[in-house]
Amino acid sequence: MKKLKSSVYKFLHKEYTVGYIFAAPFIIGFLGFTIVPIITSFYYSFTDFNLIKQEQVIGIDNYTRLFQDSRFINSVKVTLEYVLTSVPLKLSFALFIAVILTRRTRMQSFYRSLFYVPSLIGGSIAVALVWKELFSRNGLINHMITGLGFEKISWFGNQDFAMTPLILMSAWQFGSSMIIFAAGLKQIPLTYYEAAKIDGANRLKSFIKITIPCLSPVILYNLVMQTIAAFMSFTQAFVITRGGPNDRTNFYALYVYNHAFKYYDMGYASAMSWIMLVVMSLITFIIFKTSKYWVFSEADSN
Amino acid sequence: MMTNNKKIMSKLFYHVLISIFGFAMVYPVLWMISGSLKNNTEILNGSLSLIPPNFRWENFVTGWSGFGKITFATFFKNSFFITVVATIGTVISSACISYSFARLRYRGRKLLFTLMIMTLLLPGQILLIPQFIIYHRLGLVPSMIPLILPHFLGQAFFIFQMMQFMAGIPRELDEAAFVDGCSRYGIFRNIVFPLLKPVIVTTIIIQFYWKWDDFQGPLVYLSKPQSYTVSIALKLFADASSRTDYGAMFAMSTLSLLPVFLIFLFFNKYLTEGISTSGLKG
Repeated sequence: MKKLKSSVYKFLHKEYTVGYIFAAPFIIGFLGFTIVPIITSFYYSFTDFNLIKQEQVIGIDNYTRLFQDSRFINSVKVTLEYVLTSVPLKLSFALFIAVILTRRTRMQSFYRSLFYVPSLIGGSIAVALVWKELFSRNGLINHMITGLGFEKISWFGNQDFAMTPLILMSAWQFGSSMIIFAAGLKQIPLTYYEAAKIDGANRLKSFIKITIPCLSPVILYNLVMQTIAAFMSFTQAFVITRGGPNDRTNFYALYVYNHAFKYYDMGYASAMSWIMLVVMSLITFIIFKTSKYWVFSEADSN
Repeated sequence: MMTNNKKIMSKLFYHVLISIFGFAMVYPVLWMISGSLKNNTEILNGSLSLIPPNFRWENFVTGWSGFGKITFATFFKNSFFITVVATIGTVISSACISYSFARLRYRGRKLLFTLMIMTLLLPGQILLIPQFIIYHRLGLVPSMIPLILPHFLGQAFFIFQMMQFMAGIPRELDEAAFVDGCSRYGIFRNIVFPLLKPVIVTTIIIQFYWKWDDFQGPLVYLSKPQSYTVSIALKLFADASSRTDYGAMFAMSTLSLLPVFLIFLFFNKYLTEGISTSGLKG
């Protein structure tokens, strides 16, 4: 009895036992809430599952339906358009402000906090509601536009304009990218700039030749994170535009949501989630693969 | 003398420009706060002024009364409950997992670590439908459990952050304790975990923000108004079939952002450090 007890004690204190015990939450979570859901949804993507009746396997129907669904193709298009405009805008904005704020003043950290405020609360539904009012028919933005002598714009009624408030809202939340850029800028040795100055380089030139290359790993990081986040945009479109007008802002995530929780078309929604998984993996892969051509690292510079 | 003057002018120009720009950036937020003390006509008359003509505090009373018989007290209670429990779960589970990955040597550790990094890059949106189906099959929809349970199983972002922090804690501490007869459980509890304090503070803040602001989770998993969170309740203002009471909506919006601002005010330093070492989405 005593022997058994001591061998149990020994087993529990072996390094690998301890390792697995501490990693257990991750193992359970990864299997139970990542792998199993992904695999089951792969199965459901070949069925007509709708949460109520027993599902029937319908083969690749959901996938063929996807490519004939013009609303789906449109949602891919508008999401891409949103990503390709909002991410570069946000990042260039973030970098610009981060560079301007490198000037060492007593106010530096105050300014940084000030510019961070929109990011801080940007994900909140409260802000989305404010944004909706700012751009509404009689909202502040339209009052300013008419004040300048232009016609009122129907921001959410006109297909040409509906995406603009969403892009602006995303760019407005440049704060966290800015802080990451600022941390990266701090790492660049000042001697580089001094040497460039002696060689007669102006500010713009040293920005292009020193700042951008030295910052490229940070740019990559921000690019990957913001691209993924932009592809997944849901709340803004759900609250502010509801995907309209005429599906102009019917983002991918919103379209999936509507199929799943409005029409209970879980099989179809599963197929869409799977396509999204493949596409996102591909995009992340491409960004990383091409990064060696534009990300500069100290190791391969000599 | 000339150059000195020029320097002062350029400095002044810099500060004025940045301040104006910064003010423009926070203007929508200030406009919301001032809107919480205005009525519909005052909000929609297009005035840029941030000072409400009449301080209509009654907006807070009408807003707080909520919908049906359910007041915002319920919504705030639900939000706090979900956020606090989920945050505690994140801290404990992520600290354990990061200890395992960063400090212990065993077969399979590298594989587990790689899988963790993969989930870090896997957007939550992709898992929304698959996870919903699983929770549905388990009979946990509608309930708060899907909003809380995953947090007790580790969050990749925070595991990674804690591992990076742990790399800075000298291994000799563990070894010395081990030689003194402390078990590996004891080392975690008495040495590593207490030393993680700064990164735990950052984790608490960031996780609190994410959970407090979360909209899609509650939207999908909660269906009874008694269990709604603040974010879902705010959306109800905009959905109201009758005319939206903007003053009340902004009053409750302002109130919903209060915890976020308070934490930012007191823990600003921790937060900026947390973002710059590992990044924060948003």
